Amino acid sequence: MTLGEVVKALDLKVLVGQDLLGTTVAGGYASDVLSDVLTHSGKGYVWITVQIHPNVSAVATAKDLAAIIITNGRSPEAETLRKAEQKKIPILASPWSTYKVAGKLYELGIE
Amino acid sequence: MKGTIHQLPRAKKTQQLCYRLRIKEAMNKKVLTLTSGHTMTDVRRVLRDHRISGVPIVESGRLLGIVSIEDLINCLRSGAMEKAVKDVMTTEVVTLFADEPLVQAIDKFGKHGFGRFPVLDRATGKVVGIMTKKDIIHCLLKSLQSLYHAKEGRRKPPLETSRLVTDFPSDGTALTLKYTVKGGDFRKAGEKSDQLKESLLKLGYSDDEIRRLIIAVLEAEMNLVIYTAQGEIRVQIEPRRISVKVTDDGPGIPDIELAMRPGYSTAPDFVRELGFGAGMGLPNIKSSTDEMKIESFPGMGTNLEFSVVLR
Repeated sequence: MTLGEVVKALDLKVLVGQDLLGTTVAGGYASDVLSDVLTHSGKGYVWITVQIHPNVSAVATAKDLAAIIITNGRSPEAETLRKAEQKKIPILASPWSTYKVAGKLYELGIE
Repeated sequence: MKGTIHQLPRAKKTQQLCYRLRIKEAMNKKVLTLTSGHTMTDVRRVLRDHRISGVPIVESGRLLGIVSIEDLINCLRSGAMEKAVKDVMTTEVVTLFADEPLVQAIDKFGKHGFGRFPVLDRATGKVVGIMTKKDIIHCLLKSLQSLYHAKEGRRKPPLETSRLVTDFPSDGTALTLKYTVKGGDFRKAGEKSDQLKESLLKLGYSDDEIRRLIIAVLEAEMNLVIYTAQGEIRVQIEPRRISVKVTDDGPGIPDIELAMRPGYSTAPDFVRELGFGAGMGLPNIKSSTDEMKIESFPGMGTNLEFSVVLR
């Protein structure tokens, strides 16, 4: 499944990376603890979190994640968006909770 | 041929693409259509305004027929421009299915000599696009171009470190990169590990080779930001081994054994809320590297060393 299809299925707002939606999603991980994401996520995963500070893009770059999904309708800081833009990390946003977004993704077959 | 990787010539790639690409990827999805009640005057207007040479006649998604520029010329000559489209159109239309390989379209263009084929969805039978030779050429060129770009992107410069060895005779040559990390600057945590990653990619290492190392460096960088006023990360790069020394003169770790225990943390709450300081940094560094050593004296700082062997 591609990022674009995920965006469509969950009606996500694309804040960064409109041109990067062709990426195939390899899996998903939900956590707000950066070290935890570094340990347990994997290349090509989407990461679901409420964290909005600029370090999320550093974590995503280190793990070569496919995208970050920010939940609960939180808006990332401007610096976060700038860094993600620069590092080509798509940032997607949802008004739903982490729980609900993760559930929907799982339903779509992303494990 | 055994055991050699050889590159397919461009023409063969194009042939492969013709089989791999589907009609739906090449077709024009914006189909101009008319209904059976329209007159040939309408046809003339559509063909002229859009510079096309034929138009399918469609009603509620179903294909009824097709009118070509030839039909129009015939009507012009015989002064039958007020004729309804349904009395002029060809009803036996050669069509394509959206899920067929592109080569099917090329075959049909060769066989029939028509200028366009309406494309139908196999399940619903409805018109979903139209295919001309131009669409095929566009699609092939675009695919070849992106193949070419993908290949360019993958091509990494050769590992320059091996050249260093021959330029400066010694028993071992390494490249050292040094990064200074300011404590307390949470917004910048991760910047140095990002820079290191860029540099290693430039040197020719792949994402997959260096991922473990970058995770460890990012954890070490976050530790410097959380717990110290300033620290230094020294990365020594040898072709197949990368060693990192992290030093600071921060508060030190009173009980290293405790600090190595997953979940143990002395980070203040505000730091934890940002997702840092969950007590996983040191254990994470240990599990991401092949060797790790840490020594610390309360009040005098911490020395952390780790290395990764690239396979």
